[in-house]
Parts: sequence; structure tokens; C-alpha cells
Amino acid sequence: MVEFWVNVFLISLLVVITFYIIRLRSLIAVVALSGAYSLTAAAIFVNLDAVDVAFTEAAVGSGISTILFLAALRYLPLEEAHQTRYSGLSLSLCTIVALMLIFAAFALPDFGDPNAPAHIHVAPRYIEESYPLFHIPNVVTNVLASYRGFDTLGEVVVVFTAGIGVIILLTGSTLSMRFEKTENALDQKSKTSKEEA
Amino acid sequence: MMFATVLLACAVSIILLVVRAAKGPSAFDRILAVNSIGTVIILGISLHGFALGRPEFVDISILYAVLNFLGTLAILRFYRSSDVNDEDGL
Repeated sequence: MVEFWVNVFLISLLVVITFYIIRLRSLIAVVALSGAYSLTAAAIFVNLDAVDVAFTEAAVGSGISTILFLAALRYLPLEEAHQTRYSGLSLSLCTIVALMLIFAAFALPDFGDPNAPAHIHVAPRYIEESYPLFHIPNVVTNVLASYRGFDTLGEVVVVFTAGIGVIILLTGSTLSMRFEKTENALDQKSKTSKEEA
Repeated sequence: MMFATVLLACAVSIILLVVRAAKGPSAFDRILAVNSIGTVIILGISLHGFALGRPEFVDISILYAVLNFLGTLAILRFYRSSDVNDEDGL
């Protein structure tokens, strides 16, 4: 019972935070609030007992992406350039899609239902066979590292390739040139802000 | 019962903090409010683990505390005070 109300509270908190993310125009506040959003989502995952998903959400959503957004924001003005216009068409489209999704959610199996399709397909086999075969105590780790080993390898290759591409793109200029550019940009920024003031 | 009461107290403080994060006149109010939301959520997770008798939840709380600290540190690292203490701009 308590868990249910905790979930209700956390999800309505998410709605409130999303509302402010859409409405606020200061970009730093938006980035900070999206960090809070992600931490709240991670708390929901903990409450639903999906601890590993919560770990990932907190590390990626709240930690790394906040820092990356902030690093990118350094090169941008601190405020949204123009007021967002709200079009009735897109609002009604979003409402219709949301209502359809909510309607579809009623057809989902209950939370933790042992007869749900996801629990009777391959899960029993993983639970019964994975430990004797691979001797890894955590079933989720076992599935990711053993049964889906090639899938995980492919993901690692994709991330690695993307990393190499980014490094190649960013090392076009020498290190000292880049630092000079950044400092010039910062000086200009402070000059313009002083002029505006 | 005690668990529910403390959770309720956490909920009230989170609501107050969200209001501060949304209204906050200066950027520092917002940064501090968001950092405190993280702290209260960490407290909630520890409580949850305590009430359900799962001490390993404390590990998660520690990780979140580190991430929360890193996020705040990143904001303060990337912006000099002259950039953000302008009350009209933020």
C-alpha cells in the first residue's frame, strides 16, 4: 500500500518537473531539472525493485548526460532564443496518442503476474539453467553476458566506433589552438554581456 | 506507520523544493534546490531499504550521492559566477 502511494507521488512529481522543463526558458535550470527528473525516475525503478535499471538510469541520465549538456551549453547563450509557440494541432495529436497509450496500458498484464507472457517464454529456462551452465549468480548479468553475448559485443563495437569518430573529428586542430579559441570565445562572451548590462 | 510518516515528510520537502527550483529568482536557488531534491530522494531510498530489510539499498544511495555531487560540481565548474548571478537572465 505504501509502495503504491510512493509510486503515485513520484510519478506525479515527474509530471510537475516535466511541466517546468517545458515552461522554463533558462537553459541551466532546464538541465538541472532534467537531472532531478532522471534521479526521480531512478527512485521509481528502485521502488519497482529493478535496481540495476535504476543504477543505469542514475549514472547515465543524471550523471553523464547532465555533465555533457552543461559542457555543450558553455558554447550557447544561457537562455532560449525565442518564445516557444504552442500549436493546437500538435497538442491535440499528443493528447490523442497519450490517450491511446493509456487505453492500451489497461490490456497489460498485472505487475508481477507470474502468467504474463514475458514470464512464461524464456525466463524459466534462464532461471533454471543459467547458474549450472555459467556459474554467474546474478541472472540478469548472466543473460547479458552469456546468452546475449554477441548482442553486447555488437553494442560495444558501435560505441567504440562512435568514440573513435568523435575523437578524429575533434582532433582536427591542435590542442593549443583549441584552447586559444575557447579563451577568445569566453572573452567575447563576457564582453558582450558587459555591453548588454 | 513510522515508515509512512517519514516518507510523507520526505514528500512534503520534495514538493517545497520543486516549487523553489521552479520559482527560484536566481540560478543558485535552483541549483541548490535540485541538489536537495537529490538528497531527499537518496534519503527515501535508504529508508525504503531499511523498511524492507534490504541493506544493499544503501550502496545505491551512496552511488546517487556521488552522482548528485558530481552534477552540482559540474554546474559550478562550467559557469563562472558572472555568467549566472544575473537575476533577470535566470
